[in-house]
Amino acid sequence: MNLHAVCAIYRFEMARAGRTLMQSIISPVISTSLYFVVFGAAIGSRIPETHGISYGAFLVPGLIMLSLLTQSIANASFGIYFPKFTGTIYELLSAPVSYLELVVSYVGAAATKSVILGLIILATAGLFVPLQVAHPLWMLLFLVLTSVTFSLFGFIIGIWADGFEKLQIIPLLIITPLTFLGGSFYSIDILPPFWQTAALFNPVVYLISGFRWSFYGIADVSVGISLVMTIGFLALFTAIVAWIFKTGYRIKA
Amino acid sequence: MQPIITISNLSKSYASGFQALKGVNLEIRRGEIFALLGPNGAGKTTLISTICGIVNPSEGQILVDGHDIVTDYRAARSMIGLVPQELTTDAFESVWATVSFSRGLFGKRKNPAYIEEVLKALSLWDKKDNRIMTLSGGMKRRVLIAKALSHEPSILFLDEPTAGVDVELRQDMWQLVRSLQARGVTIILTTHYIDEAEEMADRIGVIRKGEIILVDEKAELMRKLGKKQLTLQLEAPLESIPSELGGYELDLANGRSELVYTYDAQGERSGILALLQALNAAGIRFKDLQTTQSSLEDIFVSLVRERK
Ligand SMILES: Nc1ncnc2c1ncn2[C@@H]1O[C@H](COP(=O)(O)OP(=O)(O)O)[C@@H](O)[C@H]1O
Ligand SMILES: [Mg+2]
Repeated sequence: MNLHAVCAIYRFEMARAGRTLMQSIISPVISTSLYFVVFGAAIGSRIPETHGISYGAFLVPGLIMLSLLTQSIANASFGIYFPKFTGTIYELLSAPVSYLELVVSYVGAAATKSVILGLIILATAGLFVPLQVAHPLWMLLFLVLTSVTFSLFGFIIGIWADGFEKLQIIPLLIITPLTFLGGSFYSIDILPPFWQTAALFNPVVYLISGFRWSFYGIADVSVGISLVMTIGFLALFTAIVAWIFKTGYRIKA
Repeated sequence: MQPIITISNLSKSYASGFQALKGVNLEIRRGEIFALLGPNGAGKTTLISTICGIVNPSEGQILVDGHDIVTDYRAARSMIGLVPQELTTDAFESVWATVSFSRGLFGKRKNPAYIEEVLKALSLWDKKDNRIMTLSGGMKRRVLIAKALSHEPSILFLDEPTAGVDVELRQDMWQLVRSLQARGVTIILTTHYIDEAEEMADRIGVIRKGEIILVDEKAELMRKLGKKQLTLQLEAPLESIPSELGGYELDLANGRSELVYTYDAQGERSGILALLQALNAAGIRFKDLQTTQSSLEDIFVSLVRERK
């Protein structure tokens, strides 16, 4: 194991986040705050409590999840796409670094940033609504697992992308809609029966449901299924990454 | 002594189907400066990239100090520093950060004193905290060299290191290359500037259309292929070359006022004495004479042309 290399890449990526603090931390915090102001305080006061939880509090896990998914993908995809774009990837490829070490360092850095971001948003939420975390360890587990899983997904997108538009397209066309429809803003049991069934095909439902359960002990689907689904995604993305490196897909001529 | 790099039967076909390397066999000796010469698109960068692990070989084997570059890539790559042809650098990093990053990437523990030494040797020390994007092209090239040297490689690849580089950097670079060689580093460079290869290299390889067409000691190459010319400035122009001089390789030049005799520098006898006597007998007088030896450049051009 080339630990020096893993540390070097990890530090490099974290330093990049430091330089782009505005983009990576402040802007998600601002947009989340706006959600709380608009939906939590302004509109939320007219929405009845769900399962005895105020609408503002109900929003917290969903909004954190929304940021986790989009930021993990954005961070990790950019992290690996940029060296490809500038050509500095030559150095990574010529270094005595295994593919596993590359993934661990890039995905590890992106996931770290997401976890930090998630905690910052959680703290921000505390300014607007009373916070309550029923199962803190489960909360952290879902936070970390989701960050890692979707950073891996971002890594795959970054390798696949051959232009900046492609970096944006999957988060924009797939992740954001699935998250909005996946119960960030409502419990899916308020949906008509048909749409409840349809929602079960949305993978993000399982992520948000499990995460919300760790806060309030309420869930759309059982927490066990949420966990299995999250780990399933992790396994799927890991397999895709393994295939990419085995074939050198879009990395090595 | 065992060669430091052994390339056997290496071929590379790109995904486009283009075959950039065709059955290349090459050995690089420990501690030498090897110059790879070839026209644009000959496959120099492909060859270097394959050795360094950036391009997958299609066929064949490469050993770096006995380590296979595919199965034992860690050991092989740890020994190699690469200065790429293109100026590819991080824009926002500082010089110090990017060079330290390279050292870590190659698995070496931190050594600020060594990095300092490298930066000073490359006149980068006063720029160490500058962001790379604020540097000139020549300075960026120096940064790439510093990155390649950051992990104390025993083999250094320089892919067209002096293309578009100012005279001062060129000179610095050659001085550095010599001092690296003195420390036992093996250096492989590609260049378009043949005079450079001529000045620097111990051995020269010529690559054309993916094939190594010649490898030799520079001195040997010059001797073998070097032709000498004797130019005689005639007192009066000649209509044509007299038939009694038909046994010599002669040409008229400069408005028939010069007679050029081409002979093999490696031949036992130059034949000059006999030629001069024959000229005398034919009544051809000359004012002056000079000899020239073809440069590596001429050799190179004629090699590449001959095989077309
Ligand atoms: N990634 C690639 N895909 C397809 N063809 C390539 C690729 N890289 C280089 N080539 C082709 O391979 C040949 C050799 O290129 P290169 O090794 O860069 O030559 P040199 O460095 O000697 O100028 C060129 O004809 C070039 O167009
Ligand atoms: Mg080239």
